[in-house]
Amino acid sequence: MNEMELLTWARGPGLNIAIGLFILGMLWRLVEIYTLGRKKDLAPARNAPGASGWHTVVRRSMPPHGMLKRSPISYIGGYIFHIGLFIVVFLFAPHIKLVDSLLGLSWPGLPSQVIDAVTVVTLATMLLVLFDRINNPVKRYLSTVGDYAAWMLTFLPLLTGFLAVKHLLLPYTTMLALHILSVELLLVALPFTKLIHVFTLFASRWYNGDISGKRGVPV
Amino acid sequence: MSASLQKGINALKEVIDAPVASFFASCVHCGLCAEACLFYTETGDPKYTPIHKLEPLKRVYQQEYTLLGRLAKMTGLAKPVTDDELEAWSELVYDSCTMCGRCSMVCPVGNDLTYMIRKLREGMAVSGHAPEGIVNATKRTVELGGPMGLKWPAVQNVIKHVEADSGHKVPVDQAGAEYMVLLSSMEIVNYPEYIGALARIFNKAGITWTLSSEAFEATNAGIQIGNSDLAREIVSRIVNAAEKLGVKKVLSPECGHAYMAIRWEGPNLVGRPFKFEVVHVLELLDELRAKGVLKMKDKLKTPVTLHDPCQIVRRGGVLNAPEALLKEVVVEFRPMTDHGKMNWCCGGGGGASAIHEPAAEELRFTAFKRKKAQIEETGVNTMVTFCANCRITLEESIDHFEMNTQLLGLTELLAEHLED
Ligand code: SF4
Ligand code: SF4
Repeated sequence: MNEMELLTWARGPGLNIAIGLFILGMLWRLVEIYTLGRKKDLAPARNAPGASGWHTVVRRSMPPHGMLKRSPISYIGGYIFHIGLFIVVFLFAPHIKLVDSLLGLSWPGLPSQVIDAVTVVTLATMLLVLFDRINNPVKRYLSTVGDYAAWMLTFLPLLTGFLAVKHLLLPYTTMLALHILSVELLLVALPFTKLIHVFTLFASRWYNGDISGKRGVPV
Repeated sequence: MSASLQKGINALKEVIDAPVASFFASCVHCGLCAEACLFYTETGDPKYTPIHKLEPLKRVYQQEYTLLGRLAKMTGLAKPVTDDELEAWSELVYDSCTMCGRCSMVCPVGNDLTYMIRKLREGMAVSGHAPEGIVNATKRTVELGGPMGLKWPAVQNVIKHVEADSGHKVPVDQAGAEYMVLLSSMEIVNYPEYIGALARIFNKAGITWTLSSEAFEATNAGIQIGNSDLAREIVSRIVNAAEKLGVKKVLSPECGHAYMAIRWEGPNLVGRPFKFEVVHVLELLDELRAKGVLKMKDKLKTPVTLHDPCQIVRRGGVLNAPEALLKEVVVEFRPMTDHGKMNWCCGGGGGASAIHEPAAEELRFTAFKRKKAQIEETGVNTMVTFCANCRITLEESIDHFEMNTQLLGLTELLAEHLED
C-alpha cells in the first residue's frame, strides 16, 4: 500500500469503520452506565434558588471559591487546551467541509493563521499539563497507563494535523493519512477511556446538582 | 473468598447505581478533589485523595458492571478486591474521611464523591472492616438506645435538674404536641443547658412540645458506619414514637449526623415518606426570629467567628439560618474566608471522632490545622458552632494545640441572651 492508497483507505472505509465503532461503543457504554438507574429519593425536597442539576451542569464549569489559587495549572491549562481543542476541531475550514460532506451541516470557520496559532498554543499547553501530571504528586499518584494513553490519543491528531498543514516532517499525503488514522484511533478508544467524560460529565454534574439541590444546596 | 467478604462485595454491588457509574466513567484523574479535602491539604499525602479512597468500589463497579471489566475478570486479568485490601482501606474510608462533602463541591466533572464514600461504607461495614470505635458506638445505639449507652432513667435525671435550674417544665410523652424533640447523648451529658434553653424558647413562643421516652436519641451511628440495616432500625424507633404520639413535627438537635440521618436518609431507610415533618432546631429558631418572637435582651460583646458543621450546612441545606441567628446575638461577627457551604470540616465528622486509635487521633489533630489556620485568620478568640460532635472534636484539638479559643453553642448562646 503506498501513501495515496493509505490516505484513500483512511478517508473511506477506515473512517466509516471508526465512526461505526465509535457509535456502537458509545451506545454500549451509555446503556451500560445509565440503565443502572437509581432509587427515588423519598425525603421531601427543600427548594432553594440555584440548587438543581441544571444549575450545576453550568456552574461547575467555573472554579469553585478558592480553587483557582490552589491549582492554577489545572484550571488555566485545562481551559486553554479544552477551548483550543474545540476551536481547532470545529472551526478549522477543512473540518467544517468534512462535516458538510457527511451530514450536510456547515458553519463559518476561522482564518487558517488563527487556527495555526491556536494549535501551537494548545500543543504547548498539552505538554504543560502532561508535565504537571508527572510533576504534581497527586496527579502522578492517580495516573495509570490509561491517563497517558488518553493524553497521547488526544495529542497525536493535533500534532499530525498541524504537521500536515505545515508540510513538515513527512510528505503531506502521508502526514494527512496519519492524521486521519490517529483521529480514527481516538474515536474507537474514546468510549472505553476517560475521554468519555466529554459526554458523561453532563450527567455527572446533573446528578450531583440534583442530589444536593433536593437538600437546597447549590453546588 | 471469605463469607464476610462475599457479603461486602454483594453489598457494594447492590449500592452501585447510575450516578456511581457515571461518576467513575467521568473521572479524569485531575486530582482537584484532593485540594478540597483537609486530610490531603494538611498532610500532603496523595493517598488521601478522595477518588483514591473509592478504589475498591470502583473495581467492583468495573468488574461487575462494565463489558471490559467483566472480560478482564473472566480472563483472570482483573485484580479482585480482597479482605486485606479492604482492611487497608479502612483508614482511608473512615479515619481520613469525615463525609464532609467538600470534595463533591469541586470536582470539575461533577462527581459526588461523598455520595460514593457513603456507599462504599456499606460494603466495609458488612465485611467487618469498619473501625472498632464506630462498631461499638453502633452496637450501643442499637442495644442500649444511644452511642454513649445512655438510658432513659439517666435522661430523666437530667430532665429533673434542667427543670429545677430553668424553672420550666419538660413535657414527656405528650400525645398531640406540635413538636417531638430529639436530643443527642453528647448534648444530654455535656450540654444539658440545651434542653433548658429549648424549654424557655418553646414556652415563650407558645408552641407545644414533648420528649419521647421511647425515642430521645437522634444520633445514628448506623449512618456513620454505613450500615443501612442498623441505620433503619435506629431511625424506625424515632418514626414509630413520633407517629404514635401523633406530632406534626420532629425537631432535630444541632447534631449534624443526626439531622442527616432523620431528615435526608430517614425516609429512604424506612422506604416511605414520614407522616411528620423534620425540622432542624436552627430552622425553627430562624422562623421564630423572622416572626419577631425571638428577641434578645442584649448581645455578646466579644467578636466571634462561626464554624459551620458540614452535615447541617453543606450536606444538610440549613444554609442561611445560622448566620442570621448569630448576627442577632453578637455585636461583631467575623466570618471565616471559606464559610457556609464551603466551610472546612472540624476533622471529626462521619464517625471519625469515635475512632480512638492513636494514629487516627494524630491524623485528626493534623487535619485540624486547617481549622486552626481559619480561626487564626479571623483574629478572634471566640468561635460559635452548632453541632455537639464538632464541638467535642474542636475542643479536643483546641486543647491539643493549646489555643486560646473559646467555644460556644449557638442555641445556648441565643438562649442566654433571650429577652425574659
Ligand atoms: S476531582 Fe473529580 S475528576 Fe478530578 S480526580 Fe477527583 S473525582 Fe476525578
Ligand atoms: S468527604 Fe470530606 S473528608 Fe471525605 S474525602 Fe471528601 S473532602 Fe475528604
